[in-house]
Amino acid sequence: MSNQRKRLNGEREEDDEEDAEGIGEWERAYVDDRSWEALQEDESGLLRPIDNSAIYHAQYRRRLRILSAAAAGTRIQKGLIRYLYIVIDFSRAAAETDFRPSRMAIMAKHVEAFIREFFDQNPLSQIGLVSIKNGVAHTLTDLGGSPESHIQALMGKLEALGDSSLQNALELVHEHLNQVPSYGHREVLILYSALCTCDPGDIMETIQKCKKSKLRCSVIGLSAEMFICKHLCQETGGLYSVAVDEVHLKDLLLEHAPPPPAIAEFAVANLIKMGFPQRAAEGSMAICSCHKDVKIGAGYTCPRCKARVCELPTECTICGLTLVSSPHLARSYHHLFPIAPFDEVPTLSSLNDSRRKLGKCCFGCQQSLLGAGNKQGACVTCRNCKHYFCLDCDIYIHESLHNCPGCESIRRPKSVSLMEE
Amino acid sequence: MASVASKLYSDDVSLLVLLLDTNPFFWSTTSIKFSQFLSHVLAFLNAVLGLNQLNQVVVIATGYSSCDYIYDSSLTPNGNFESSGSGMPALFGSLLEKLEDFAAKDEELSKEEEHEDRIASSLLSGSLSMALCYIQRVFRSGHLHPQPRILCLQGSPDGPEQYVAVMNSIFSAQRLMVPIDSCYIGTQNSAFLQQASYITGGVHHTPKQLDGLFQYLTTIFATDLHSRGFVQLPKPVGVDFRASCFCHKKTIDMGYICSVCLSIFCEHHKKCSTCGSVFGQSKLDDVSSVSNKKRKAPDT
Repeated sequence: MSNQRKRLNGEREEDDEEDAEGIGEWERAYVDDRSWEALQEDESGLLRPIDNSAIYHAQYRRRLRILSAAAAGTRIQKGLIRYLYIVIDFSRAAAETDFRPSRMAIMAKHVEAFIREFFDQNPLSQIGLVSIKNGVAHTLTDLGGSPESHIQALMGKLEALGDSSLQNALELVHEHLNQVPSYGHREVLILYSALCTCDPGDIMETIQKCKKSKLRCSVIGLSAEMFICKHLCQETGGLYSVAVDEVHLKDLLLEHAPPPPAIAEFAVANLIKMGFPQRAAEGSMAICSCHKDVKIGAGYTCPRCKARVCELPTECTICGLTLVSSPHLARSYHHLFPIAPFDEVPTLSSLNDSRRKLGKCCFGCQQSLLGAGNKQGACVTCRNCKHYFCLDCDIYIHESLHNCPGCESIRRPKSVSLMEE
Repeated sequence: MASVASKLYSDDVSLLVLLLDTNPFFWSTTSIKFSQFLSHVLAFLNAVLGLNQLNQVVVIATGYSSCDYIYDSSLTPNGNFESSGSGMPALFGSLLEKLEDFAAKDEELSKEEEHEDRIASSLLSGSLSMALCYIQRVFRSGHLHPQPRILCLQGSPDGPEQYVAVMNSIFSAQRLMVPIDSCYIGTQNSAFLQQASYITGGVHHTPKQLDGLFQYLTTIFATDLHSRGFVQLPKPVGVDFRASCFCHKKTIDMGYICSVCLSIFCEHHKKCSTCGSVFGQSKLDDVSSVSNKKRKAPDT
């Protein structure tokens, strides 16, 4: 096809490019999608899209099992107050187009999604952004809790120039993170696209320094595995991974959103005194202590000194009490009280009787659990309440809701015993 | 795809999931009888179904020791308004029948319990979780679906032991962009429902006159999500953002937070009862940390 076109308008330059790659632009969309691989033949010989739900569910079960195995036996300790610096490598290598449209654009896009997800899961944590360009590390944003300001700063600076320097980035982040309170978890997440690092000094010393300051460094590579990155992650207890494509990159990034297991030596446990202010009625008038201005409408009152502040979470400017709202804390509780994975129900006819007793519907969404032709569809059951759930509810319950509807519909002092054991 | 169905599914088609508080310990203390209350609610449900032929109503009973679905308008054949033998519209005959079954079963389950002095809470967390599972199924069913919302008709006081579960449901609803409306008919304020409505962008209201409940329901809670932008709905009068501590389940406005797991305690402990962290150096840290100035105020 491309030969034919070349003959028609042979002098045009873009044709030469096309020829070098061997595919035309129109073809590329299909090559990338590999849409023919998502088809299968059914009994009557018709082509149908592959039913992926069973595969998705199996993948999700595997993920869940790994998580629950890691948590089993020990008390769950998570580092819920995190101070994370995201280092993005905007060196020459970030302009490569093996990720389309470019590595840089893809990194920015997924870091944006990551920042939103991060604050959703860790509302009391803070993020800072650092970029590497021309062999120098720049601070894009300081540690802060507002997703919008980070995203704005990130999107404003999209250009790829010069070499990359791991050492410079680590030195800068180390300097910043050394100042955070001792109970916070210090983390660095590096998105590295270059295959080399041009450093002014001995990077091994810097790595040891990071290790000493208890920085947990993780690296996501975009090109190939590098020894120095692996070494850095091993030394500081982080994760090293290399993304093979865009979807993989997204998954690898989002893996860092849930809080990591707390390692006792990384952060000193402490009791922090906090206040839970009440929200004032809409339309009430008060002078806020943060802007020293008269504000009409919503505001919060510090429970200790009764000063008015505009937003949460914050520190009271009068008495210094940390002010949060209980929803901020509650957002993290599902990490502490996870629900056990559901057991798969073997599709045996002997189970028919017990199933009939509990109804043929999913307890959560009332969808029929009978598959096509009154055969038994796949379903799962909760160990505690013995209710049956469909696979979709299973995923929803474990990934978003974090409540078992069955267990919540039985009266017993469940949560109390959980906390006292 | 511009079929008749897609034209009918305009932006004001709603799915209303109603969580009905059937806690007998609450209903034995109220001025209004449960049957009176129910007649208001049934009229309201009829009104909602009458607003749009595609509107859908699901009722979940929130009992004292169990929760269950008692009515789903998508399961009954449409337009079945004629009276059956008992003189009751067939539409709600099945609802009342199921509600009776549910109440009997609920009573049986709660017999084994010994009772506390105060009015016991109902299982709000359970019915909220079920409602969200149902809504999730509606979202799965394709892109043509009614706009879902949840309405809690609650009278029982909050159960502090449900705190984590209720909050989990609220955040999940927020992520799904499903507003939780709440109509609280009890005597105290419900911090759970205030927070639920505030976080998810729903309406919270506490009717003063229960005789006129139907008026409140139709004027406030029948409004679909699209029309809410044009209607003056009651504004929240202060939201109770206080937390309950993990050790005594008391509601507190100042407390100690474990830095590892964010558990809330009302007094200083040596060890976190949730995650087992030891706060050995806390006194030392108070002096050395940047925030030592705030420790000068007496810790009470």
